[in-house]
Amino acid sequence: MENVMTAIRVVPLEHYLILSFLLFSIGMVGALVRRNIIIVIMCLELMLNSVNLLLVAFSAYHSDPGGQVMVFFIMLVAAAEVTVGLSILVLMKRNTDGVDMNILNRLKW
Amino acid sequence: MVKLDLLAILVPALPLLGALFIGFGRRKLKGNSAGMLGTALVLGAFICSLILFLGRDGQTHIVHVFDWIKVGTMDIPFAFQIDALSLWMMLIVTGIGSLIHLYSIGYMHDDPRVATFFAQLNLFTFSMLLLVMGANFLITFIGWEGVGLCSYLLIGFWYTTPEFNYAGRKAFVMNRIGDVGMVLAMTLMFYTFGTLNYVDIMDQAGSFAPSNPLIITATLLLFLGATGKSAQLPLLTWLPDAMAGPTPVSALIHAATMVTAGIFLVVRSSVLFELAPYTQDVILWIGVATALFGATVGLFQNDIKKVLAYSTVSQLGYMFAALGVGAYSAGMFHVTTHAFFKALLFLAAGSVIHALGGEQDIRKMGGLKKTTKTTYITFLIATLAIAGIPPLSGFFSKDGILASTFQDSPFAYGILVFAAMLTAFYMFRVLFLTFFGSYRGTAHPHESPKVMTVPLMVLAVLSAIGGALNIPHIFGGHEWLKVDLGTAVEGVLGEHMALSASTEWMLMALSTALVLLTIWYTWTLFGKKTTLDGEPADMPFLKRLIAKRWMLDELYAVLFEKPFGWLSRNLFGIGETKVAVPLTVGSGKAAHGVAEWLRKMQTGNTSFYLFGMMLGVVVFLLITLFTA
Repeated sequence: MENVMTAIRVVPLEHYLILSFLLFSIGMVGALVRRNIIIVIMCLELMLNSVNLLLVAFSAYHSDPGGQVMVFFIMLVAAAEVTVGLSILVLMKRNTDGVDMNILNRLKW
Repeated sequence: MVKLDLLAILVPALPLLGALFIGFGRRKLKGNSAGMLGTALVLGAFICSLILFLGRDGQTHIVHVFDWIKVGTMDIPFAFQIDALSLWMMLIVTGIGSLIHLYSIGYMHDDPRVATFFAQLNLFTFSMLLLVMGANFLITFIGWEGVGLCSYLLIGFWYTTPEFNYAGRKAFVMNRIGDVGMVLAMTLMFYTFGTLNYVDIMDQAGSFAPSNPLIITATLLLFLGATGKSAQLPLLTWLPDAMAGPTPVSALIHAATMVTAGIFLVVRSSVLFELAPYTQDVILWIGVATALFGATVGLFQNDIKKVLAYSTVSQLGYMFAALGVGAYSAGMFHVTTHAFFKALLFLAAGSVIHALGGEQDIRKMGGLKKTTKTTYITFLIATLAIAGIPPLSGFFSKDGILASTFQDSPFAYGILVFAAMLTAFYMFRVLFLTFFGSYRGTAHPHESPKVMTVPLMVLAVLSAIGGALNIPHIFGGHEWLKVDLGTAVEGVLGEHMALSASTEWMLMALSTALVLLTIWYTWTLFGKKTTLDGEPADMPFLKRLIAKRWMLDELYAVLFEKPFGWLSRNLFGIGETKVAVPLTVGSGKAAHGVAEWLRKMQTGNTSFYLFGMMLGVVVFLLITLFTA
């Protein structure tokens, strides 16, 4: 455990911050502007993982394992979320013969 | 002890069982079965009461059925109080009640809703028993409301006639006015004594000085409740209208039992009333005024049941006058004899109405002496009893009241004697117009069946010999009822007759002579008539006023109905249409409008939702940033 902590502390904290900021922004812009639902789901995962990265980094720098526990929680939720998301995706493909997200506005009353 | 508990619970339980069973099974019960069942159950209750009565030991027993309300310091058990007073009332209610049930089998035999009728009659008996047996004010109040409800149901029993429904509604509303007094009195008593049990209240009341304002207020409020139920001024107009119900109902509710609830309540709380001389004066004068009012109005009524109704009002006035001077046993004695002869009068009148196919106008009767012989004889006995002819029951009870009031206030005595003369007049007027002379109607009179005449005969015997219950000392009696009630009602044994025997003889002879004179006068007016004079066109003012029942209904119309109607119309015109409707409908419209506008946010475009979500997160983050 200590080895991992030390390995993480090799890179300065600012770099982690910048990296996760960039990853998060990419994910957010992708989720907002792309219409292919596969891409959108991937972008969501990207955002989640950028946060994970930041949590691990802070955890190591503060010597607080709580942050890593949180990461496991997020991974768990992400797995569940992907299951649901991909199921919807499969059904969309079957029913509409496409993966365009805007097709979903037909669900509007 | 166990036997007493069981019997005491059975007494109200049997009629309740009957009400439920007949009520729910009314479509299955054919013919006379509902009536038989109802009568049998009330008779069973009577037998239980009789066993309890014969085995009484002069003690007050509290039969605890179950804990009912137990919150903090408030402890109101569901319990019955068995003592001489409640036993006596139970005997009257179930005894007269079972006779009237029996009579109703004959009277209602061709009514399609006869089972409903008996269910309601049984429910009434149950409520009345709860009223007289309750060990605290709240149990009494349940019965109090129950009889009010049953009265409403039974007055409007023939609900297809709108007037009957109005009469039922009027009785209900008038009784509610009295109930307000009762509820306030209970609240005040709980506040003062911390309990509602009769026994505890009467115990604690001893530590209060006479004329304590709390006690005076409580007794006045209790008396307000009593005026509603017992049809005293000013809450009496419902009773004459209540004659809309079937005749057995009039006999049971409006003569023998329910209207005596007010008397019972005052006697039950006699300790409190003894502490409030001011209230006693109020009771005396209201009683005297009501006795006079009822007797005068009875003079000019032409509906046989209306005459009897006003007569009831008048007799109840006598009873209250007795309570007002503290003569509780005299009041209860008159309750008893009045239950006998007034139930008899109503049932006999019902028999006449039955014989004439529904005719109630005495101007269209006459000469029924020959065709309805049993009815005539029993009606005659009841009339003699109510007029106070010795040695019938009414003589003893009325004389007891008159003597008690003479001690206290000779003026009240004078009015009551005058009212007694009027009573003799209107009762004999009815008797002569109905049974003497020649028949003026068109129906074919016939005597009623046995099931109706047997109760008449039983009641006639009771009316004749009922006076034996309480023969005063000057006739060599021992005032049995007074001694018996004395074990339960505080102050009864202390009622001592301060009058000398010679004064008492004088008073008795005076009232009897005056009544006999009145009867002779009535005979000369109506006895021999075969035809009736038409109403003279120009009646004297006083006569016109009395014939219109002292304009009491009209007065209430002007005093209460009109302002209330005006208030209601304005509340509707301004309050409802100008304020309440714009507010409620307006708020609904506003919500609808906002929703119509916000609805546009739901584009169905998923990216837009995501964008909104993120915008929201950013906004919250900014807020946290700047407020931290």
